[in-house]
Amino acid sequence: MSVTLRLAWRNLWRHGRRTWLTVGAMVFCNSLLVFLISSQLGSYAMMIDGTLGFLTGHLQVQEQRYNEESKMRYTVPDGIAVAKALRDSTGNPAIAARGSAFALASSEDRSFGIQILGVQPQFESAVSTLPGLIDQGRYLQSSDAAEIVIGTVLARNLKIGVGDEITFLGSGRDDSFAAGIATVVGIINSGITDVDRAIAEIPLNYFQSIFAMEDDVHSIVVKVDDLDKVAPLKKQIQSQLGDSSLTVLDWNQLQPGLGQAIQADMFSSFLTYAVLIVLVAFSVLNTQLMSVLERTREFGVMTALGVRPGQLGRLVLLETAIMSSLGLLLGCVAGGLLTAYLAHTGISLDAMKEALERYNIEGRLYPQLSIISLFGGPLIVFVGGMLAAIYPALRLHTLQPVAAMRAV
Amino acid sequence: MADHQPAAGILFTLAWRNLWRNHRRTLIMLIAIVIGVWAMILFSSLMAGMVDEMVRGGLRTLPGEVQIHHPDYRDDPSIANSIDAPQGALLERLNNPPVTGWAARIKVPAMISSERANRGIQLLGVDPAQEVSLGFDPTNIVEGRFLEGPDDKGLVIGRKLAERLETRLGKRVVIMSQDPDNNVADRGIRVVGIYQARLQATEELNVYGGLETLQKMLNVDNQVSEIAITGDDFRQVASWWPQIQQATGPELETVPWMELDGYLESMMKMQTSFNVIITVVIFLTLSFGLVNTLVMAVFERVREIGLMMALGMRPGWIMYQVLLESIILLGLGLLLGNLLAVATILPLEDGIDISALAKGLEMAGMGSTLYPSLRLSDMVLSTVVVLVLGLLASLLPAWRASRYNPIQALART
Repeated sequence: MSVTLRLAWRNLWRHGRRTWLTVGAMVFCNSLLVFLISSQLGSYAMMIDGTLGFLTGHLQVQEQRYNEESKMRYTVPDGIAVAKALRDSTGNPAIAARGSAFALASSEDRSFGIQILGVQPQFESAVSTLPGLIDQGRYLQSSDAAEIVIGTVLARNLKIGVGDEITFLGSGRDDSFAAGIATVVGIINSGITDVDRAIAEIPLNYFQSIFAMEDDVHSIVVKVDDLDKVAPLKKQIQSQLGDSSLTVLDWNQLQPGLGQAIQADMFSSFLTYAVLIVLVAFSVLNTQLMSVLERTREFGVMTALGVRPGQLGRLVLLETAIMSSLGLLLGCVAGGLLTAYLAHTGISLDAMKEALERYNIEGRLYPQLSIISLFGGPLIVFVGGMLAAIYPALRLHTLQPVAAMRAV
Repeated sequence: MADHQPAAGILFTLAWRNLWRNHRRTLIMLIAIVIGVWAMILFSSLMAGMVDEMVRGGLRTLPGEVQIHHPDYRDDPSIANSIDAPQGALLERLNNPPVTGWAARIKVPAMISSERANRGIQLLGVDPAQEVSLGFDPTNIVEGRFLEGPDDKGLVIGRKLAERLETRLGKRVVIMSQDPDNNVADRGIRVVGIYQARLQATEELNVYGGLETLQKMLNVDNQVSEIAITGDDFRQVASWWPQIQQATGPELETVPWMELDGYLESMMKMQTSFNVIITVVIFLTLSFGLVNTLVMAVFERVREIGLMMALGMRPGWIMYQVLLESIILLGLGLLLGNLLAVATILPLEDGIDISALAKGLEMAGMGSTLYPSLRLSDMVLSTVVVLVLGLLASLLPAWRASRYNPIQALART
């Protein structure tokens, strides 16, 4: 242990209570930051998974204009074959083709305008969570049967159940009249009212024959198991498609609101964190300035004995570094333990259920503990503390040994 | 009691002078308190502005703060669940304060088709004058005109819907819905106006037609789906909606906005808890510094305190004096923090442009301008929290100061 280090260590514990209070401020702030940032990242993951998982997927292949104006005639030709080719070439099994149309759905008693999706039953469950959320009956099986699954709210509004028939009227790709009668085989309960009110799925081949789509589809949906794979996969698919009229869109283009909602939330939270960090830095500044001022005589003696102001400055910075490291360590341990515990049990969100449904977050929030969420906040607090010590350390350069030794 | 009065004055002078003996320390702490208080109020008013905007926008979409329906309508919004237009006692109630506007409207799901596309929509049969009293702004009409009366034969649709349908002003569209006997009711109708709304979703959903025209099409005489009522201030609704309920009678369902839109209500609740949490968290971070400052101030005066006690100062007064120092410090910080907050927020009340994040905000039901709203209650909240918790945090150092043994304290170097 060098002399400076030993001096710094002993100086800190000359005022144990003061040191602990300053360390306490850092520990409090650090644990809070670890918990908040972890919960934030956890909630973003839930927002992304929740919003994209139902239907959108991470990537979609569409006709270039379809995302801007979803018109029936902007189609992906021979979509089922394209989807199969993509499954083979990318090795990703979670790729499915879909068609989409608006139609007036009528039961015996009621009619509603809804969006009808044509899906590939054998692949749809790999790209969408909805097939797994069947509440009554079963999901679609055959790819060309006149069957339909609908959301619970839609079923209630139409006053129908499993086994009943739905008539739907709309227009086909060529603006021709399109009509069909399908039997309800299953009812989906996603827990999100807006989804349950709007969802209706029929087999893709049946969809194509009703809406005069021939072999075309509207989108090919791709789901990945890791967000980091989105960008490379997008590039790969794009190059495979070549110069056709088709394009690959990632989730940020498909759901621009999602990324922006996350940005808006990040911005406002970081504002809050910044204030907390500034307050902790003030606490450090106060402590270190006091500890420098009350040692004026001592420092005067030391300079008189030949210690250079720069060395004294380093001593003060070292003291701060030790204190900040303690705060960092204890804060990460306390915050990490608390967060790990909550990541295990989850935080109940029932109190905010309705607000969070908007973001497709449901059930319990599991904070995500990662290197970034564990050390990101505390490291900035550490840097803030060190910055705050610069002024007290610099003051030492103005120290006049003779006057300092006489100071009370 | 008589000798307490001058003592209090002296204690204050002592506390004040003690504070400025180490002006650097006091100033740093003061700055920290000012920043803390400023941040508490700033965050609260940004949050209040956001929620206000969301609730107001939401109420414009609902619309109204109180709605009257057939008991089954909310679960099954069909024309079969209609009610009579207001009359008698209810009409009397609606035409008097605190109600400032109301509208009896048809609101049913329908299908709209142009030559090129079709969509599911919400068909509104309205009396335009009533809609305006409820908050529909006729300047939102970007092309053509708004309806001219309840018997207007035209249709007003949203800009986004017009785009989706590939139709435009003057074109005919077909609307299709059901009459009370579940027969298909349809009608070709000309688009006479196109409106823009704060949210794209509204533009795609709401389609306005004349009340009488739609009543005829849907085969209902003088019946409506809902009566929407506004009193201008959504915070006051709890005080007057029971009167409406009384006038309506038990056969119909009268519901205030808090129940109509759970999202808005839970946003309001979230705002309140957010304010309390942010205030307490900021304070806790501050409190370490505050306690530290007081502990130091007491520690370096141990001898002095011993001397004062030896000269006959009571322990209670010592404690009182330390607390007084803390109060002065907190009070100054609160005063300056509040002033700073007012000075920064007032110029921002004209709105902060955040349209870069418009799509994300639309997801939350917000427009693209944020209007911070400075509220007395937020300022009072932060002041009370800081003063009460600050005094609590100061109790320990103050109590310790009063417990010194004069002889030992005097012997300290």
